[in-house]
Amino acid sequence: MKEKLQELYRNRELLYMLTYRDIKVRYKQSIMGFLWAILMPVLIVMSGVVVRYAYALAGHTPLRTTDIASVAVKALPWAFLVSSIRFSCLSLINNKELVTKIYFPKEIFPIATILAAFFDFVVASGALIVFLAVLGIGWSVYLTWVPALLLTMIALAAGVGMIVAAASLYFRDVKFIVEVFLTFGIFFTPVFYDASMFGDKGKWLLLNPMGPILDGFGACIAHQQSPDLPWLAYSVGFALLTLLGGYTFFKHLEPGFAESI
Amino acid sequence: MSDIAIQMDHVYKKFRKGEIYSSLRDLLPALTGQMFRQQELSKTDEREFWAVQDLSFEVKHGEAFGIIGHNGAGKSTALKMLSRIMKPTKGRFVVNGRLSALIEVSAGFHGDLTGRENIFLNGTILGMSRKEIQAKLDQIIAFSGIEEFIDTPVKRYSSGMYARLGFSVAAHVDPDVLIVDEVLSVGDSLFQQKCIQRMREIISSGAAVLFVSHNLKAVAEFCQRCLLLEKGRTVAIGTPEEVIATYLQKPSMGAYSDSGSGPVRISSVRVRDEDGECMRFRAGQKAYIDVELTAVRRASKLSVTLYMINDNAVHVFDTSTERLGHNTFDLDPGETYSCTFELDLNLAEGTFHPAVVLYRYDIQTVYDRWEPAATIYLSSEGGVRGIAHCFPKLVREEIHESPGSDSATLVGARSAKEN
Repeated sequence: MKEKLQELYRNRELLYMLTYRDIKVRYKQSIMGFLWAILMPVLIVMSGVVVRYAYALAGHTPLRTTDIASVAVKALPWAFLVSSIRFSCLSLINNKELVTKIYFPKEIFPIATILAAFFDFVVASGALIVFLAVLGIGWSVYLTWVPALLLTMIALAAGVGMIVAAASLYFRDVKFIVEVFLTFGIFFTPVFYDASMFGDKGKWLLLNPMGPILDGFGACIAHQQSPDLPWLAYSVGFALLTLLGGYTFFKHLEPGFAESI
Repeated sequence: MSDIAIQMDHVYKKFRKGEIYSSLRDLLPALTGQMFRQQELSKTDEREFWAVQDLSFEVKHGEAFGIIGHNGAGKSTALKMLSRIMKPTKGRFVVNGRLSALIEVSAGFHGDLTGRENIFLNGTILGMSRKEIQAKLDQIIAFSGIEEFIDTPVKRYSSGMYARLGFSVAAHVDPDVLIVDEVLSVGDSLFQQKCIQRMREIISSGAAVLFVSHNLKAVAEFCQRCLLLEKGRTVAIGTPEEVIATYLQKPSMGAYSDSGSGPVRISSVRVRDEDGECMRFRAGQKAYIDVELTAVRRASKLSVTLYMINDNAVHVFDTSTERLGHNTFDLDPGETYSCTFELDLNLAEGTFHPAVVLYRYDIQTVYDRWEPAATIYLSSEGGVRGIAHCFPKLVREEIHESPGSDSATLVGARSAKEN
């Protein structure tokens, strides 16, 4: 394990170049590239506002700006998770030539994909900051939670990404299954709603490891309070186990990639 | 670093053929099916075959080592194991130092990136650091000879430019161990010479080179030692002359025939000179090719076609018994037929593969085909390149002074143009 990680470290320049390639190709026409990075978050925020408005109408409560801010804050991590899983699922299949011809640690493909998705996330965050400023959401000390939440989110995406990348190399229909999960996952994840809206039953929604992460983002940015620590600890543990398990699974299957692709 | 660059120690590689479940949709029913039919599992042994068996060899630093053999002999599998893309089923190997493979040199290119960006991308894929590439960038661009298009996206390149850029990057990796697999077919002959020159430099810098090729001439020129693979097994190992001789003497009969169900089959093809069976010829020498057929069922209006292909699968020559003025013939079950073609081998140096087809023209049916039926190796005196040998002689040469200017300025003008 240590040797494999050292090998990955030695190939960091390749990781950089492949990430650069993914970003460069996407941002080649710079205007389209920027739109691409914010397209999905904007759509998610707009649908979130519609859903929130419906809640407000049904519950005869006013639509607060913090609700809209919360949806906007959670839309970005969700968009990141969806695109990093979607693209890492294809990352090995789409680089067939390199998988079968040249040796290097192949986890670089899903990781580069995720880093490129994170670049989109950062670009979209710029737009988000402007949006939050317009809504009147300011700085607070709780923002110090953001780096921990980001790391947990990336670890989770990388773990799942490596599993689906390796699995889709062996089984061609994995990508369709993944796509279905990504499409409907938003209904089982507190993006448009907060888990607290369900009262006691809300904890079932937080079993989805992305739930506490998103609620954490909403809490520390939009609501300016601490995240729910026990649940966040659960997510961190889940993410680390997924990362470790995904990496082990990937490295276990890696020797067979060239023959099976 | 030890003296040994590559050590292969009794390496085996097994492949599975037949059905491999490539989707969950196929796998899940198959698994449930198998729970009820346990005995089926043991049948997998029949679907396995050994691509490489008991392969052992050593290559020292500063040595060029060749591997030759027919298609499917296991050469590429051996290389893929060495470059760690595939894992041996059994056995172990050691590679000392940085390994670089000149296989599919443009595999890492991305069409939307420019030539310059692709140099960096492909260079890091091949194991160079960005600093290293930056230092060699001018050299790489100059070697590729496409300076003016270096900032154009490579999707607008011709396939030749694409391959040249790929080779230029790969050739500048400075490896300790270099694996070369049939890349000398890249580009025009001028570029090929550049590649060969570059490979010589790499060898003389003390790197070990593992050279895999169908081009026996190149193997004989480059390599100090050579190995012959056949169906995954080592047949011979030694100097290129000895091993190539073994390769040429070994008729590859049977291996390539797709005979089977036809009423008449080719039973043997022999190449010989006046003295007996032979695979090495000089340009201009006569070769005799004996063909024998055996009929299983009755067949009529038959003719035998003899043709010759070179290493690049170019048809060099083609004839048939019918076109040589003989009538088609009929055979009854158990009858045999034999004929001998006499050829004047007006061919330039290289490897050629005679092939035989048993054909019935009127219903356009191939009954049997051996391609190649044999391999012959032509050597010729210097001065001739290409496929054919036209036995050129220079019978006249004159230089006329141009009226109004003396020859000295003419020479000056020409050399200025060359620069």
